Amino acid sequence: MEAYLDNSATTRCAEPVIQKMLKVYREDFGNPSSMHTKGLEAEHYVREAAAAIADSLKVEPKNILFTSGGTESNNTAIIGTALSKRREGKHLITTAIEHASVASPMKFLEEEGFEVTRIPVDGKGQVDLEKLKSAIREDTILVSIMHVNNEIGAVEPIEEIGQMVKEKNPKTLFHVDAIQSYGKFRIRPKKAKIDYLSVSSHKIHGPKGVGFLYVKNPSALHPILFGGGQQDGLRSGTENVPGIAGLGEAASLAYGNLEENRRHLYELKEFFTGGLSEIEGTVLNGPWGPEGAPQIVSASFEGVRSEVLLHALEEKGIYVSAGSACSSHKRAPSATLSAIGVRRDLLESTVRFSFAVTTQKEELEYTLDNLKEILPRLRKYARR
Amino acid sequence: MKKSFLIKYGEIAIKGKNRHLFEDALVRQIRHALRGAEGKFQVRKEQGRVFVDALDDDFDEEEVEERLQRVFGIVGICPAWLMEDKGPQQLGKDVIAFIKKYYGEDPSFTFKVEARRARKNFPMDSMEINAYIGGEVLDAFPHTKVDVHNPEAMVYIEVREEICIYSKIIPGAGGMPVGSSGKAMLLLSGGIDSPVAGYMIAKRGCKIDATYFHAPPYTSERAKEKVIDLAKILSRYCGPVYLHVVNFTDIQLYIYEKCPHDELTIIMRRYMMRIAEHFAKEGESLGLVTGESIGQVASQTMQSLACTNEVCTMPVYRPLIGFDKNEIIDRAVQIGTYDTSILPYEDCCTIFVAKHPVTKPKVEVIRRSEKKLSEKIGQLVKEAIDTTSILIVSEHGVEEYHKEEGRNQEGQDKESGSRKDTKGQGFQDLSGKTSGDEAKTSGEEGGKAGAGNWHPNGQADDGYIHL
Repeated sequence: MEAYLDNSATTRCAEPVIQKMLKVYREDFGNPSSMHTKGLEAEHYVREAAAAIADSLKVEPKNILFTSGGTESNNTAIIGTALSKRREGKHLITTAIEHASVASPMKFLEEEGFEVTRIPVDGKGQVDLEKLKSAIREDTILVSIMHVNNEIGAVEPIEEIGQMVKEKNPKTLFHVDAIQSYGKFRIRPKKAKIDYLSVSSHKIHGPKGVGFLYVKNPSALHPILFGGGQQDGLRSGTENVPGIAGLGEAASLAYGNLEENRRHLYELKEFFTGGLSEIEGTVLNGPWGPEGAPQIVSASFEGVRSEVLLHALEEKGIYVSAGSACSSHKRAPSATLSAIGVRRDLLESTVRFSFAVTTQKEELEYTLDNLKEILPRLRKYARR
Repeated sequence: MKKSFLIKYGEIAIKGKNRHLFEDALVRQIRHALRGAEGKFQVRKEQGRVFVDALDDDFDEEEVEERLQRVFGIVGICPAWLMEDKGPQQLGKDVIAFIKKYYGEDPSFTFKVEARRARKNFPMDSMEINAYIGGEVLDAFPHTKVDVHNPEAMVYIEVREEICIYSKIIPGAGGMPVGSSGKAMLLLSGGIDSPVAGYMIAKRGCKIDATYFHAPPYTSERAKEKVIDLAKILSRYCGPVYLHVVNFTDIQLYIYEKCPHDELTIIMRRYMMRIAEHFAKEGESLGLVTGESIGQVASQTMQSLACTNEVCTMPVYRPLIGFDKNEIIDRAVQIGTYDTSILPYEDCCTIFVAKHPVTKPKVEVIRRSEKKLSEKIGQLVKEAIDTTSILIVSEHGVEEYHKEEGRNQEGQDKESGSRKDTKGQGFQDLSGKTSGDEAKTSGEEGGKAGAGNWHPNGQADDGYIHL
């Protein structure tokens, strides 16, 4: 049996998405910028995708900017804002638990003379709203906050935050990293006063290498890629038409059955967290109940190195993610886990399980059974 | 005019009657190194020289030089022009054109012409050629001067069937052509040292096989990939490497369970040596190679080395034994293994490393500790050997080697058929094995003879793995 429980890393492409993309690759392969019919056909795919996505957010298609994925969307929003508003102010606000594609551009801007305030979170990963409110200043140009945390599944109250930001300083822009939440939550950028919203396609059963940025006011965005002037000059480069078509299809699939999918995911989560809490020496991190994201469960296993557990599960066909792994690019313990106050000895014993709509209860049963078998075996050989 | 590379070789020239064997090995290695290079080449021996002739102009000189620099046995690589003999005057013009190509239109240097007349019907003798060509060069390039004692540039002219002109001598890797000595079994980890050790032994003309100890789930698949990548880099110098991937987890855990923790590494290493030696014998290696250097870590003190050494009957070659870490790193950078070696996939399994391992283990004590393993270790070692997978790693790719197929396809000329056949692609033994020899060898391999000799009580009757 195989249990792929690493869907927050990436998902399998849905079959209709693949079919759609194949058609574009094989038949409608034109460049949207070409003046002939082949170009026009291709442009139709881009427009169709933009319309489907706009519909899922209840916004206009002209506000959808296609990118190469989540990282580019986040970079465009943050660096683009810094470039366009640097004369109005040089202060940005973010949180202590952001993904690297937000944290790193923030760090870059700091080195370039901007000031960045990082708001702490509580033990469940919730942003401290009071601290956030008091951090917003006259010269604050951007507040960037993730909707769902990728490691522990904490859900930030973006509507509340949006209201608060605009009340305190109407000129401050609000960016939401929705890479883990799009397709799992109903998101209303207008209502939440969101200026920029980042989304990646491959987290929602779409292809890799494509994503989008919702841009409330396209004329105010400063591009970070220059060239042939595609997408109204906001993001030069020939559109990834097959990818965009696939993303559009994936968005329709995700929002076509949103409530049903969410119910399925929460059932899985309830079942799995219930099973985990019966296993001795297991600590669940973050909001593991219904207040958290439906697809993410973070758990620490006392006396077991996450990496070893990961590889042991892998031998059984179970694929998970290690909270902080020496085999990933950096060795430092996870900033998110530290920020929510996970015990030091558990930082390197933390594993993330993440589900998809295609995940079956049997896979979770299989995983729980294997955990019960593997954990005592690994603990027996702890470092003396 | 033909472009060519004149190959200078050192030690081979002094090997007396075996000289042609070494030259043949060198030619084979050069051909192998040029496989996949852009262009068509002919490698030939001529009167104590090896030439790599370019058959057309469609090649990249730097690429060829770089590839030749990986061939052991080469001392110098000289980009050369081969000219048809049209008399001294034309030769003068050719030399001037040659200098323009390699030193620019208006070079300024001190130089010396050194001619050798191997074909005696050329109208000038060596001294006359030197004088004549020297004069021509001085006339053509006003900023040049002759300096016979300490010249900045040399102009070499060799009059053979054709006339060979060259100037630069690019240093080669030195050593002896791979295949001119025997074969050795390298204990390859993912670290910095062992690939360098393998390189050093290959440089002395040895073929290299390797054994890697894998400990899932304590080490990852990526760690294994890294070792394969290192073997790939090594294979650029020493030809295809038969990489034995041994699953060592159960043995490690059993030692962990039964033996004192501070002796764990030493005992582990003793079993690694035993298993590596088993495969060394099976593959007809004549020795083991490790990357150890005295005192580098606890398991490499003289006492520890004595403890690990005593389980082997084969010689253990430790080419880095007197090297400092920095010297090893320099060499790793030079041969191109360093960047791969430092990838962080290793060291995931700290549980097998004691906080304070013994640094001065006593052989008797270690032997006594090992007695505690007698119940199951024989079976575990047998299992580890039986489940070992062998990968043929070359710079062109990786394929699995099946002992059984190796025997069944005996004699068939298949790319990946018998073990001997595959190695024949540029890496044949110099001993010139007859097919009878091959049949015998493969028979032993195919039947997993070594593995079959394990007794349940842990005693091996073949006498070379002592449990």
